[in-house]
Amino acid sequence: MNGGAVTDRPPRVGVVTFPGSLDDRDALRAVRFMGGEGVPLWHAERDLRGADAVILPGGFSYGDYLRCGAIARFAPIMDEVRAFAEAGGPVVGICNGFQILCEAGLLPGALIRNRQLRFVCRWVDVRVETSASPLTGEIVAGDVLRVPVKHGEGQFVASAAELERIEAERLVVFRYCRPDGSPADDANPNGASNHIAGIRNDAGNVVGLMPHPEHAVDPDVGATGGQPMFASLLSIALARAA
Amino acid sequence: MSSEPLHLRLGLTDDELEDIRSTLGRDPNANELAMYAAMWSEHCSYKSSKLHLRTLPTEGPSVLVGPGQDAGAVDLGDGLAAVFKIESHSHPSAVEPYQGAATGVGGIVRDIISMGARPIALLDPLRFGPLSDERNRWLLGGVVAGIGGYGNCIGVPTVGGEIGFAEPHSANPTVNVMCVGLAPAERLVTAGREVHAGSLLVLFGAATGRDGIGGVSVLASRTLEEGLEEQRPSVQIGDPFAEKLLIEASLELVERGLLEGLQDLGGAGLTCAVSESASRAGMGAFVQLKDVPLREPDLEPFEILTSESQERMLAIVARERLDDVHEVCSRWGLPASAIGALTEGDGTLRVAFGDETVASVPARSLADEGPVYTRPMTPPDDAVDALADDPTFATVTTPVDEAFVALLRSPNVASKRWVWEQYDSIVQGGTVVAPGSDAALVRIEGTLKALALSTDGKGRFGALDPYLGAAHAVAEAARNVASTGATPLAITNCLNFGNPERPEVMWQFAQSVRGIADACRAFETPVTGGNVSFYNEAGSSAIWPTPVIGMLGLIEDYRLAVRGAFGGSGSWIYLLGETFAELGGSEFAETVLGTVAGRPPALDLDREQRLHALLIEGAGSDLFRSAHDCAEGGIAVALAESAIAGGSGFAASLPGDVPAHVGLFSESASRAVISVVPERATELEDTAEAMHVPFFRLGETGGPRIVFDGLFEMDVAEIAAHYEGAIPELLGG
Repeated sequence: MNGGAVTDRPPRVGVVTFPGSLDDRDALRAVRFMGGEGVPLWHAERDLRGADAVILPGGFSYGDYLRCGAIARFAPIMDEVRAFAEAGGPVVGICNGFQILCEAGLLPGALIRNRQLRFVCRWVDVRVETSASPLTGEIVAGDVLRVPVKHGEGQFVASAAELERIEAERLVVFRYCRPDGSPADDANPNGASNHIAGIRNDAGNVVGLMPHPEHAVDPDVGATGGQPMFASLLSIALARAA
Repeated sequence: MSSEPLHLRLGLTDDELEDIRSTLGRDPNANELAMYAAMWSEHCSYKSSKLHLRTLPTEGPSVLVGPGQDAGAVDLGDGLAAVFKIESHSHPSAVEPYQGAATGVGGIVRDIISMGARPIALLDPLRFGPLSDERNRWLLGGVVAGIGGYGNCIGVPTVGGEIGFAEPHSANPTVNVMCVGLAPAERLVTAGREVHAGSLLVLFGAATGRDGIGGVSVLASRTLEEGLEEQRPSVQIGDPFAEKLLIEASLELVERGLLEGLQDLGGAGLTCAVSESASRAGMGAFVQLKDVPLREPDLEPFEILTSESQERMLAIVARERLDDVHEVCSRWGLPASAIGALTEGDGTLRVAFGDETVASVPARSLADEGPVYTRPMTPPDDAVDALADDPTFATVTTPVDEAFVALLRSPNVASKRWVWEQYDSIVQGGTVVAPGSDAALVRIEGTLKALALSTDGKGRFGALDPYLGAAHAVAEAARNVASTGATPLAITNCLNFGNPERPEVMWQFAQSVRGIADACRAFETPVTGGNVSFYNEAGSSAIWPTPVIGMLGLIEDYRLAVRGAFGGSGSWIYLLGETFAELGGSEFAETVLGTVAGRPPALDLDREQRLHALLIEGAGSDLFRSAHDCAEGGIAVALAESAIAGGSGFAASLPGDVPAHVGLFSESASRAVISVVPERATELEDTAEAMHVPFFRLGETGGPRIVFDGLFEMDVAEIAAHYEGAIPELLGG
């Protein structure tokens, strides 16, 4: 694993709880399930408690009555998350967390109302587009993973120029696809541009995605497409812990 | 302004006003009248239903908390308790579907947190008029969006429910919500807790505004008339973000042992919460309305007392704990204010507004001494005629394959995916079996146990024979739970009816309660609580009698849970139970013959329970590859659903020498369709025989087609397209 980093403690993955976070406990449980140590982080504190990686979880931070994630980006802990990200620390935004990262300018693009104008909760397939992200370091590009989505505002959009840059710089990490790996409208749950389900920043240490890998690690409750994602995250976190 | 006297405008009768006068020994003032009107409303006082509800079985070895509190509770073993309750929010939903349904979710969730339990699942049984009507489509869309908009935002998965469509529900949709919570049994906040005189009443959560005034007395306890939109101010507005904070703050307060009592503010608002808290404690209370945080400054005392502003809770807090309570609430960003205290003495609830006493009444008289009515009852005139005209013996010209497709496409039968995909069904990580199955399964973290949850109501059966309809609803709910391998433990019920002042409606109600009582006794699933929703009618046309049963069951090891989907090729399919010529009240009769008539299928409660026992026994020994309840649309639909869910075809031949359409579509009770690997077929047959459950080998799973020997065959993909496509097509995609 990543050059055989050796440490005597499990990697610490911090999960931020904002008011209105919903999948924070689920993300912590998934970290533990995959062998890491889940570290609860609180929005009002300026402390990442020694986390080797940080997850911004799903939910409706502050009710999302303005734009999704628009208020959360001003939370005190976000200063720490931004500094952590700028120092190369692995940061993952899931669903609402993805929206927050876009609002905070840590990721390009934006997430708007689903094309069908309805909330959607369903299992989807995504194709991994690059190994250069905290969630895909141990996954071969082209692999197809089964994970659930659940969101009302998950349609990824960007200006034509930005979208071109995102594609050219290979910033797309996950793309909605059919089980055979082919991206298609009927496999895209929200009308996202270019079927984009997740993207990374230029440096490759910040990733955001609409699907919920934390709900796809335990085979007793569904498919396990989230396992290799969490394994990748723990691996990179372990390397930093060493 | 109307010249009608105030008490009549508030919904109180002349006799009720006399009762209040004799209780107080004087004329009530306007504030007191508003308080009595709210608390003595049908919605809060159960004045028409109480006598009947007392006949329900409410005790059993697993019951920890029975009816009369915010929610019922059952023992799950290992020190765990499940708390659950169902409620209606039909009237508000008829007026404003999104907010009506959303606040219904909020209300039932607060009932669960009041008991000190974390909400872990929601289920939503709904009834609408036919989707051919534009208003019904609008209502469905709004209600579903409201349930999702609220439930998705508070992190409680919506794991089940059911939807039916029938013309009598057009004016008045039926919107019920069930919530299930989990708590350590010793931490339940029950009425038995010790509370002390002098302890503070702390109101926390949202500020109080003018919304929802008259919700219980104007909206919920009268029939809907013209000018519905004028009642919109009586509908509350939900703020799910505040609710999420309320959940976390309340549970933290309970977990840290900071509370003597906890109660939600729902119908009748502050009046209800304070009078019930005081009455339960056998005390009085003092409340200072100036200390209630207000959303707008100029609320009148009666408005503060009866506002149904959402997302508020009332805690009973010892004085020395007040600082801790403030600290917890403020960390969650929730205002909290000590608005009064419990008092010793004569049990008076005294309400002040600044220096002025604005109400002074016995707390008990509000909460527990409301009127009780023995309403007259008579069977409706047409009851016998409807039973006599039995479609079982009708001449049928529609070919069975056409009838089969029509049934799969009937909105009552067709997939409700369009609905449940709008609900977050997986948050909290415990959903083992998600919506679209007989029963949902939600596991309990840290154990191998899971709760099996199902809601059921039998519209047509109840319309034709309310007693049988209600008993069937209990039977089907228990059967759905047993199909997964779980043991049914207890029920909560939501009794949706028309105007109880009409003798025919009251008769339907009494018959339904009798049906529930008999079935619950037979299955040993006591009633732990529920809700009565009357006045579901517009003009003189009531909804069908709609008792909805919320069944809670327990499976000790969820890894042994059985699904409805066929699990691959080569399994042998069996029918457990027997098919009789019973098309009365069936989906076939309505969809294909266009009639709701005849005698609903007979229900032998012993036979039904033997089937449940076999389903549970078989699941426990990992005998079944699939198990699916057989209900609307009969064997044909049950087999089709297992095939569609599993993506596997089958070949089957039907038992007996009844006409094909009867064998395929009869809705005889006490049946399930299961599959086993051939090596274990003998074991299945021996077990069924030993447990006195009739069985018949229908055929075998496999292949891309469904084949009814000698009748018709179709591709699984084709029937799946009908089943999945019907509702989206009706709703325009």
